[in-house]
Amino acid sequence: MTEARHERAPGDRPSREMDASAPSEFLVYTIGLFVAVLLTATSFWAANTTLLWPGGVFLGLAVLAIAQMGIHLVFFLHITSGPESTNNVLALAFGVLIVFVVVAGTMWIVADMNANMMMPSGAPMSMRMQH
Amino acid sequence: MNVAVAIDQIPQDALPSASEAGPAPKRIVVAYGFWIFLLSDIIMFAALFASYAVLVRSTAGGPTGAQLFNQATVAIETACLLVSSYTCGLMSLAVNSRRRLGTCLGALITFALGVTFLSLEIREFSNMIAIGATPQRSAFLSAFFTLVGCHGLHVALGLIWLIVMIVQVAVFGFAARVQRRLLCFSLFWHALDIVWVGVFTVVYLMGVSL
Repeated sequence: MTEARHERAPGDRPSREMDASAPSEFLVYTIGLFVAVLLTATSFWAANTTLLWPGGVFLGLAVLAIAQMGIHLVFFLHITSGPESTNNVLALAFGVLIVFVVVAGTMWIVADMNANMMMPSGAPMSMRMQH
Repeated sequence: MNVAVAIDQIPQDALPSASEAGPAPKRIVVAYGFWIFLLSDIIMFAALFASYAVLVRSTAGGPTGAQLFNQATVAIETACLLVSSYTCGLMSLAVNSRRRLGTCLGALITFALGVTFLSLEIREFSNMIAIGATPQRSAFLSAFFTLVGCHGLHVALGLIWLIVMIVQVAVFGFAARVQRRLLCFSLFWHALDIVWVGVFTVVYLMGVSL
């Protein structure tokens, strides 16, 4: 047997011969679409409803968006935790780390600067210059 | 003998590991390289998202997102992009089984949905510019047009790429290089949909309650 264990291309499904119990590819895409529609509809409902506490809607929308991105990655891009997908997952993990650093870092730094720039409007100009 | 059974009977360590098996096939190398490009593209979008999040309240007395955004348009745009991502997936299934009719049908539906998305977005932009909400009006609007416009530009480039791919399938058939390009296209299109999930959540849905 000369079958070699190669990495799998991102977007490619595991071959059916290797795993006969895997669901058909058409079914995988359809399940992905169904779940994504469900999450999108929930997002739109949560943003427009008055039933929910407004303070929690932000967090809920963020969670729904991240969940939907995960659904897209698994069902449409076929990123799995299998050994033949390690390179793809590692590259993705690094990308997510950089995205997190860029977004969270920027918001943190700028919010901090905003807070430090707050001066009472009556303060003289020389007072402001010292900061 | 069934192939699946035959492979199951080989002990796992009998198969050479990826490092011992020599260079990976070109399809895997190409798709992995394109995957790295997509991740760098997503990092660029992350920078645009960060600048939007920082500038979203800097309206300089101009219109806010809640006054400008139309939820119904956004819902239709989202549905178009989501379904086009699905049909793009079905197209790649047809490509893998070398069905020419299925490929063309999937490409046509994907293209039509992409054009619908883009025309809705252009109409939204021109409506906003018509009432004076131009990118020059405020830092919020600059960030909005940069972020959403950059995504729209990606969709437009994807549509041009899709036309090129349909022509290549018609001329070259399912040659190995055409299949690799189609794989890269479907990765690109799915990644655009992932970015759009961020856009409609951060810009449009969170913008309503600001």
